[in-house]
Amino acid sequence: MNIHEYQAKQLLKSYGAPVADGVPVFEKGEAEAAAKQLPGPLYVVKSQIHAGGRGKGKFTELGADAKGGVRLAKSVEEVVAHTNEMLGNTLVTKQTGPAGKQVNRLYIEDGADIDRELYLSILIDRTVGRPAFVVSTEGGMDIEAVAEETPEKILTLPIDPDTGVTADDVKKLNEALKLEGDAAKDGETLFPILYKAFTEKDMSLLEVNPLIVMDNGRLRVLDAKVSFDGNALFRHEDVVALRDTTEEDAKEIEASKYDLAYVALDGNIGCMVNGAGLAMATMDIIKLYGAEPANFLDVGGGATKEKVTAAFKIITADPAVEGILVNIFGGIMRCDVIAEGVVAAVKEVGLKVPLVVRLEGTNVDLGKKIINESGLNVIAADDLDDAAKKIVAAVKGS
Amino acid sequence: MSILVNKDTKVLVQGLTGKTGTFHTEQALAYHGTQMVGGIHPKKGGSTWTGQGGEELPIFASVAEGKDKTGANASVIYVPPAGAGAAIIEAIEAEIPLIVCITEGIPVMDMVHVKAKLEKSNSRLIGPNCPGVLTPNECKIGIMPGNIFQKGSVGVVSRSGTLTYEAVFQTTNAGLGQTTAVGIGGDPVKGTEFIDVLEMFLADDATESIIMIGEIGGSAEEEAAQFLRDEAKKGRKKPMAGFIAGRTAPPGRTMGHAGAVISGGKGGAEDKIAAMEAAGIKVSPSPARLGQTLVEAIKG
Repeated sequence: MNIHEYQAKQLLKSYGAPVADGVPVFEKGEAEAAAKQLPGPLYVVKSQIHAGGRGKGKFTELGADAKGGVRLAKSVEEVVAHTNEMLGNTLVTKQTGPAGKQVNRLYIEDGADIDRELYLSILIDRTVGRPAFVVSTEGGMDIEAVAEETPEKILTLPIDPDTGVTADDVKKLNEALKLEGDAAKDGETLFPILYKAFTEKDMSLLEVNPLIVMDNGRLRVLDAKVSFDGNALFRHEDVVALRDTTEEDAKEIEASKYDLAYVALDGNIGCMVNGAGLAMATMDIIKLYGAEPANFLDVGGGATKEKVTAAFKIITADPAVEGILVNIFGGIMRCDVIAEGVVAAVKEVGLKVPLVVRLEGTNVDLGKKIINESGLNVIAADDLDDAAKKIVAAVKGS
Repeated sequence: MSILVNKDTKVLVQGLTGKTGTFHTEQALAYHGTQMVGGIHPKKGGSTWTGQGGEELPIFASVAEGKDKTGANASVIYVPPAGAGAAIIEAIEAEIPLIVCITEGIPVMDMVHVKAKLEKSNSRLIGPNCPGVLTPNECKIGIMPGNIFQKGSVGVVSRSGTLTYEAVFQTTNAGLGQTTAVGIGGDPVKGTEFIDVLEMFLADDATESIIMIGEIGGSAEEEAAQFLRDEAKKGRKKPMAGFIAGRTAPPGRTMGHAGAVISGGKGGAEDKIAAMEAAGIKVSPSPARLGQTLVEAIKG
């Protein structure tokens, strides 16, 4: 689960991290009062969307010469003018896709005089199974580009969960970031604070890009991006309250209500599969035979008939879907449960597109019997290859 | 021969009394008499679990007690996600040699703490978020459907449960059969990686060929490929077929498995496929041709 920059900063501030003063703005009329709460004379007006590249992004509704999604302002009037131009419009960045995202929230922040821009993030280093700091002196730019061009400028430092951030870790991080004097002292407190926030709140990513050294030699978190481990949300009600569903696909929100793993894609063949690996492989094989999947959908191991019915409804509600492939290899999931769910869903919502069903594994014979005796117009498939060929042929022929 | 489990493996069940634990324990008992020796429940110690077919197993209050009274050398975990990390740690502290955690959805930080404990122990953890381990005709730990297996010569290792079944089913249909199938699980932090299992398969005389199934996210496939190249230089090499799921997955999206995500431009399918092919693995473009691809790899 992702949150907005201003939410991330409020969260980090509650842990004691140095962030600038700022006020979120939801309506155009709120901008003036927001700016007046800040010391000035320099302000930053920042679009709040769940995507990176905002500064270089362009608003669809404005001309090509208009400024991007993050703007400097030197007066309250300028803050108001930027707000009126930005709020409600659609920002296209390299991460949003061509459709862009509507900017429904802005963050008005106190400006800072920047001496140096650094990069810092904490993530789970899978190779060692520990949280790790990733830091670089090359801040404010795309860390992937830094990794590509000057990997020697990046330090990855895994942290022992039994000790947390040690004095030795702090020393290594300060050295890698070339921090001295006040900035190094700030680092001594900041690094453990960020690690504490990361672990206590079950984050999957905490990215500060840039972390800045200001003209006065102090550190400040200038931008913050935080994602949370979806599997740990059950123990963080405060985090769940930060969710902004306007940032999410409606079908994905519906799927999440039923605990279904669903990802919307651009193709026309809807897929319902059990198991994440098989669900991905089913997308891959559809593509291999020359068509495109409309979605990734893993009904999971312990799916009930109701869950399968819900999954089927989400797929059929997508207007782009011209055919459906149900691919089940039952282990935990029993084929008869899938069959009952599919039959119930079709009876409820109807079936206007070709449906290919491939069943294998636990209770396969019972599952096939239920489908066969349902009287539904289902194309049965013997194996995965057969299933993929049949659904691609059915969609291309229609 | 086989790896990890055989007819002498004695298995405790943590989370036996739940619906999932009950169903799969009945299935395991029915699978060539897998030695399921007891269940664990902190509040129901001393009681008896009864399956639908009248099977009975003793319930112990702790893993340590269960191990002490049954001589168990393995434990399978069906405990729900919030308590699964603690269940694994209990099994580690009871010095169970082989712990298999089926549970999906354990918070990553819980697994970070489990992994730190694991590294200071002699236990091996398979999973979590995995289908388990199965040696045909001898022992079934976890949720794999037993009827698709056949005793034979292929070692199967996979990050995905259902793709493990595809590989097993297809090698059975190809007449090769399996020595052991191991699902290592789809989480980013887990107990056993490809390299550990590949090492066991290379050392196992009965395993004549190997299928390795990876997916997007992380770099475990690349590390395994490097391991295989190093071993091949020492003359240790077996015919291998492979598959990587997620060629069509969009970057930045988690595809069901918590560990299946292309992030920061890393963990994409093409890099993994290239690394595996460079290590001599015949990578199938289709998940439906795993068996056939392995047959071709064996022919050379």
